[in-house]
Amino acid sequence: MIRLHNVSKTFFIKKPNRQDRRAEASESGASSTSVQALKNVDLHVPQGQIHGVIGLSGAGKSTLIRCVNLLERPTSGTVSVDGQELTRLSGKALNTARHGIGMIFQHFNLLTNRSVFANVALPLELMGMKRGEIRERVAPLLELVGLADKANQYPAQLSGGQKQRVAIARALASRPKVLLCDEATSALDPQTTGSILALLRDINQRLGLTILLITHEMEVVKSICHRVSLISGGELVEEADVGDFFTAPKTRLGRNFLNDFLELEPPRALIERLVEAPGEHTHPVVRLAFSGDAVSTPLISRLARECGVDVSILQAKVESIQERTLGLMIAELMGSPAKTLEAIEYLESHDLNVEVLGHVQRND
Amino acid sequence: MSSAMIDLILTATLDTLYMVAISGVIAALIGIPLGVLLYVTRPGQVLAQPVLAGVLGVVTNIGRSIPFIILMVAIIPFTRALVGTSIGTNAAAVPLTIAAIPFIARLVEGALNEINPGLVEAAQSMGATPWQIITRVLLPEARGGIFTALTVTVVTLISYSAMAGAVGGGGLGDLGIRYGYNRFNPTIMLITVAILVVMVQGFQSLGDYLVRKSDHK
Repeated sequence: MIRLHNVSKTFFIKKPNRQDRRAEASESGASSTSVQALKNVDLHVPQGQIHGVIGLSGAGKSTLIRCVNLLERPTSGTVSVDGQELTRLSGKALNTARHGIGMIFQHFNLLTNRSVFANVALPLELMGMKRGEIRERVAPLLELVGLADKANQYPAQLSGGQKQRVAIARALASRPKVLLCDEATSALDPQTTGSILALLRDINQRLGLTILLITHEMEVVKSICHRVSLISGGELVEEADVGDFFTAPKTRLGRNFLNDFLELEPPRALIERLVEAPGEHTHPVVRLAFSGDAVSTPLISRLARECGVDVSILQAKVESIQERTLGLMIAELMGSPAKTLEAIEYLESHDLNVEVLGHVQRND
Repeated sequence: MSSAMIDLILTATLDTLYMVAISGVIAALIGIPLGVLLYVTRPGQVLAQPVLAGVLGVVTNIGRSIPFIILMVAIIPFTRALVGTSIGTNAAAVPLTIAAIPFIARLVEGALNEINPGLVEAAQSMGATPWQIITRVLLPEARGGIFTALTVTVVTLISYSAMAGAVGGGGLGDLGIRYGYNRFNPTIMLITVAILVVMVQGFQSLGDYLVRKSDHK
């Protein structure tokens, strides 16, 4: 449904004054500096999927999502939505294509001098739809987002969550096939975030709408996304199904995001004692991630029985990521080097993701 | 006070209102679109035309930097060509209009500046054309700011119109100077000033009311 191929975007920033320009010119021969916001981005979001792009501020998230409806025109590469190559279009044809792409924003961007009804009606007016038809189209949308009773109020009278609901109704008015969400919940409190995400999931399921969202919050990815891409320095560095990403992120950045989100770090005192290389008198400290059947299997007690290794649990947590249950644990495996190695193999053979964080001196 | 005096004051009041009304309306009809043009042709805006924006900016600044009394005298040939005379209220309305156009344009541009650029972006994402963005987003959103701009303009025009006496334009300011100042008649002076104060107060209140009524921010 959404396909980005080899998309790059470079911003040229003109030097503000002549002195700067001269200094710059003598160094690089150019009169402006450029910032490459996106580098060779390939992204494909199939019909009906919710795809999240997560990254830190300045990673290029915003530029990426704005390239999809050409609010930013890519410097190179192609963008296609619903089989139509947008990067070939301009003017009227592009405006028509944009009717098929809804967008919501972090700060809602509602027109302050239009009522809730008139805000939702705006995209339809722009398409040249007749008044009666607009009325028929807007009412069920307000119903859908639960604001039927606020039709005649103005945005200033609404709460943040209600404003975003109006924005969602507005984005859906032209019956788009794709919805772009630009940090749609970042300005909302956690509870409101939850209700907006539930609404987005509902729309995705009921209307089969394809959703591309950008966020810096793992919570958003966890609760509604099917697939996730990680963006860093303008490049997509990792892409995975959400369940896989939360069990075993492939990149260091992915692990950082996950650990921050789960607040699962070994205790500080332990970190200080950790050494990288195993020795004769050390125990490995491991981070275990298990999902699926492994969650309900009593693996830890079996480990003691079958491998003769004792397990000291330092931290543990169970999360549900959509339909999957994910268990996470930081533990010290107590036994001889040979036995602990065997234990790790045993765990891996039961589909656990085992990461050795380091080794600690035995206390005995 | 003689009835001749009262007649004089009445005529002068109507002259002032007439000059302000004519010049205010025509200046608004030209100044508002010019203000919009100043805004939308800026780099990065919906009809970005940096060269045109630069030229319009310079022309507007020139218009705003000429002292009104000099402008009034300098354009006498133009005034004569336009209204057939260089004396009277119609003749005074010409320089008033010309002075008010860049004034309104800059204030309207300022009002548009206050609009959150995100709104334009949202409209673009819905496939709005530049014309639709101007008529359905920019102007409606700047409504309050534009009413404020027009109120400031009307009040300024009332005080500028006092100089219209220099071209025999009449009006309250002219009356105050000729009778009150030159002939040292404090009563006339006070009455004209009082009428001007009431007039300004009235327009300001009307303007404030319109801003309140039209803006839902």
